[in-house]
Amino acid sequence: MEEVILEFDKLTKKFPGVVALDEVSFDIFRGEVHALVGENGAGKSTLIKIVTGVYQKTSGEVFYQGKSINFRSPHDALQNGIAAIYQEFNLIPALTVAENIFMGHHFVRGKFVDWKKMEEEARKLLDFLEVDIDVNSRVRDLGVAKKQVIEIAKALSHNAKVLIMDEPTAALAQKEIKTLFRIIRFLKESGVTIIYISHRLEEVYEICDRVTVLRDGKFVATKPVKELKVEELIRMMVGREVGERFPRVSHTIGEEVLRVEGLTRPGVLENINISLHQREILGIAGMVGSGRTELLRAIYGVDPWEEGKIFIRGEEVKITSPPEAISLGIALLPEERKTQGLILLLSVLDNLGLPILPNIANAGFIDEDRLKQIGEEMVEAMNIKTPSLYQRVMYLSGGNQQKVVLGKWFARKCDIYLFDEPTRGIDVGAKVEIYQLMNRLVSEGAAIIMVSSELPEILAMSDRILVMREGKIAGEVNREEANQELILNLALGGKNHYARTP
Amino acid sequence: MPEPLETKKEKVSLVERFFILWDRIGILLAFIVVCILFGILTPVFFNPLNILNVIRQVSIIGVIAVGMTFVILLGGIDLSVGSVVAFTGIIAAGFQVKWGGSLFLSIVIPLLIGGGIGFLNGFISTKGGLHPFIVTLGTMSIFRGATLLVAKGRPISGMSRSFRFIGAGMIGPIPFPVILFLGSVIIAAIILRRTVFGRYIYAIGGNEEAALLSGIRVDRYKISAFTILGFLSALSGLILTSRLNSGELVAGEGYELDVIASVVIGGTSMMGGEGGVYGTLIGALLIGVISNGLNLLGVQPYWQMIVRGSIIILAVLMDKMKRRFRTA
Ligand SMILES: Nc1ncnc2c1ncn2[C@@H]1O[C@H](COP(=O)(O)OP(=O)(O)OP(=O)(O)O)[C@@H](O)[C@H]1O
Ligand SMILES: [Mg+2]
Repeated sequence: MEEVILEFDKLTKKFPGVVALDEVSFDIFRGEVHALVGENGAGKSTLIKIVTGVYQKTSGEVFYQGKSINFRSPHDALQNGIAAIYQEFNLIPALTVAENIFMGHHFVRGKFVDWKKMEEEARKLLDFLEVDIDVNSRVRDLGVAKKQVIEIAKALSHNAKVLIMDEPTAALAQKEIKTLFRIIRFLKESGVTIIYISHRLEEVYEICDRVTVLRDGKFVATKPVKELKVEELIRMMVGREVGERFPRVSHTIGEEVLRVEGLTRPGVLENINISLHQREILGIAGMVGSGRTELLRAIYGVDPWEEGKIFIRGEEVKITSPPEAISLGIALLPEERKTQGLILLLSVLDNLGLPILPNIANAGFIDEDRLKQIGEEMVEAMNIKTPSLYQRVMYLSGGNQQKVVLGKWFARKCDIYLFDEPTRGIDVGAKVEIYQLMNRLVSEGAAIIMVSSELPEILAMSDRILVMREGKIAGEVNREEANQELILNLALGGKNHYARTP
Repeated sequence: MPEPLETKKEKVSLVERFFILWDRIGILLAFIVVCILFGILTPVFFNPLNILNVIRQVSIIGVIAVGMTFVILLGGIDLSVGSVVAFTGIIAAGFQVKWGGSLFLSIVIPLLIGGGIGFLNGFISTKGGLHPFIVTLGTMSIFRGATLLVAKGRPISGMSRSFRFIGAGMIGPIPFPVILFLGSVIIAAIILRRTVFGRYIYAIGGNEEAALLSGIRVDRYKISAFTILGFLSALSGLILTSRLNSGELVAGEGYELDVIASVVIGGTSMMGGEGGVYGTLIGALLIGVISNGLNLLGVQPYWQMIVRGSIIILAVLMDKMKRRFRTA
């Protein structure tokens, strides 16, 4: 019989107008990797925030090592060996790696920070994780993957017995995920219990022992991963058949709408050539940091570039700001929803309305009825889970926030959509909905560039795939000849003679 | 998928509305309590003449505070408002007394200059990428100096009767400055709530980068907000000069503090993105009433300053606590 380390008993959490958790009961064994899955807004993040004391439960019990707990703050939880890595990074960019790892419990000698000891301990931790990061570098100079490792080191610095990870791979690419998994296996062997939240079901099968499914705040089942088929898991999550996971419809490709020639921004982008056609989905694959995001931002006029030409429908254009891009019919879905995609303080409706307000205003006055109607249509079309149009976006679950960012641009019709990780943090069912929306856009004549770190998605949805490496286009692969290995090779710099190099 | 949207919608927007209401009523409540307190301590307080006096006084600060609400909602700040009051005031007095006495010019030119200074503040801080705190610290000094320069070191007194109406006139029982103040509050409230300009102010203040990526011309809106504030500061300068019957060199000194305090006490967040102009109305009234009440009670000026400062901190603390309650 396995030993239970955490037990939930009829755990309930209510927010105004929302029951986020409804009498949830299940348990977690010591030393297992336990997956927590469910649709966006199912209550996963809420559950872990109750464990770590960010939120207070409404009713029910949480038992930790047999004792009922009710932490008042994450600090309490840390003191008791429960650490969490939240959906968003909580690092301080201007401080060093060592300081970030020991944030909140600096080593001191007398009244002063004991730098030597802190660096030493930080180095020990990173060595333990078998990663090579300079403890004196500033966090802002590090890539996402290393930031993720530092979050883990930070959690471990408290001698965590239970480590909770809320979508840790959402920002990582294939190779970095491998490193993370190696660390997880390693921690598991050292006796750490891990709760793992993810929308990527392949990962659940790869790394987890048991899986608990939540749906609409209710407990559905806990099963050993081995005894569960993926179709069955998805059915439990969404409560219905999803059907095709990548519902691609092929369209006849039209004429060229966007051409990029020799786009160069020293140190970031080098001689980029792209041709995008009407009714085409162009996938861009590559490692995190390979310049994919920067490319989209350059086209959209956010970041300046030095050399090169951009043509829209055959005419050369100079785009120096997003409003100009938008007036040419280009839309960008940015990479980070919280800092770039949303105004968290504002309501769902206000956010959805952002790009279209001038179009539905008379002499500057907004047509409120029209706005509300568009908002309702979008909430319905995107299946956004929110108690009302007037809910502040910050209270939505991560995936539903992402749908709002998307909805913003679906509400305003554009010809060219630049999507940067469009399905990050979105559940299986919702992903399918988003693919269908992309299909709809394409069938209406739009063209899409989709940057994604999820290879299955790139492979299934793109007509053509560009692979980027170190600011250059490393190769172009046709839909027919594309496969996971080929793309990874190009992305990592391996030689491959199948790929045409432009 | 079941459609919980319809049934849940009413319930939550009610709750939300309750909190929004509570947000406003909190300050209103403080205001009412303070009024009652002063009313008990000194019976003169509720005398209609005194009340008129207070709101007339408040109007001068209040008009600027309306403009400052726009700028603070954007996450900005403007320290130059007091100097703009003095400079536009002295220009108005100049046109009244020295340069021909045209009523039209002595109103229009200062307003244009005020708007122009605001534009400059906005332009330099956005295009130059400087924090408005620094830019307006500079213009604060520049236009105080310019005031002394134009006036050649002496106040300019003796306005025409028609010009004096701006600060001292009455429409029925209501002082004209009060009408200007309330008028600007109402117009600002409509702009903030119903126009694209207003919604974009909140959007930019809430998250500038997201607003930019959504295609909002962030710089343009920021410059506009500063221009509005400069214009309203000039309006305040006209009211003050008209009321004092003189363009004073030290006019408007220290106004920026009362103006910013009014906005912040009114519940507008210094981080931007949250708040509104009705709060500012109450905030300005609260500050005015406190000064007036303490004066009536014969409290020494030093103590007045201490009390005022404490009340500012207290009000903002209470606001913060309410907010926490709301997110829980
Ligand atoms: N602070 C809050 N105030 C109000 N409602 C909230 C708050 N936090 C979460 N909710 C609501 O509770 C529900 C559960 O949210 P939670 O963040 O736990 O979902 P999740 O399962 O983590 O989803 P995702 O996969 O999208 O991250 C959602 O409907 C959400 O809107
Ligand atoms: Mg979540």
